[in-house]
Amino acid sequence: MSVNYGSKRIVVGAHYGLRDWLAQRITAGLMALFTLVVLLQVIFSKGDIGYDKWAGIFSPQWMKALTFAIIFSLIYHVWVGMRDIWMDYIKPVSVRLVLQIFTMVWLVACAGWAIQVLWRL
Amino acid sequence: MTELAKKRPKFRNINAFTDLPSYRLPPAGIVSILHRISGAIMFLLLPLIIWMFDTSVSSEFSFAKFKAAFNQGLGFVPAWLFNLLVLALIWSYLHHLIAGLRHLYMDSTHSVTKEFGKSSAVLTLALSLGLTFALGAKLFGAY
Repeated sequence: MSVNYGSKRIVVGAHYGLRDWLAQRITAGLMALFTLVVLLQVIFSKGDIGYDKWAGIFSPQWMKALTFAIIFSLIYHVWVGMRDIWMDYIKPVSVRLVLQIFTMVWLVACAGWAIQVLWRL
Repeated sequence: MTELAKKRPKFRNINAFTDLPSYRLPPAGIVSILHRISGAIMFLLLPLIIWMFDTSVSSEFSFAKFKAAFNQGLGFVPAWLFNLLVLALIWSYLHHLIAGLRHLYMDSTHSVTKEFGKSSAVLTLALSLGLTFALGAKLFGAY
């Protein structure tokens, strides 16, 4: 520990580890609350749930805005989780990079689709 | 580096098919690896989740298509496959949510004893599998 320069320098301290760890927990909490918000509306709707009631849950402006925020929570959360999986199990840098790029494209594409569905409601 | 640190055994080139199944995981370890697996399943099935969101909220017509997918199938995809994938999603979501709440509880209360780790892991497995069974029965029309 005494030598901390040159090739012996300990390369830590960027704090992205803590940031992502915290972000994953905060986004998880938000998604859990969102689940509760949707679930309560489903449970407390009267009668059978058909198209009108189901689509009606997502049609108010506040619900659209909330769902929009949750979509971003989701892709950030999944990005951290999938990146952890690739970092743990995939050792060759080239394969890992390809998988990480695939993850980004997959998530951003899915988010775009979900947002499109949401705003044309 | 101290002498003690030098003597730590190294496990390299672990074979996923011959070595991993021989490891006996404690309940907390099972919950942990299932947390990963359930997360990966939901990541891969994300387009299915959004497709279900799309067809179920977009219009009366698409809602009917959504319902029909689970009863008659859609295109080349048979109905049983839709039901099976959604069952996988139900389990994945429940396990991931409950194991995640366990994580948050442990993080915020520092409940990191061996006993709590085990009892909460068993509770997580019991709750997620029990709720999956209850909702799966609903999915397959048992009630």
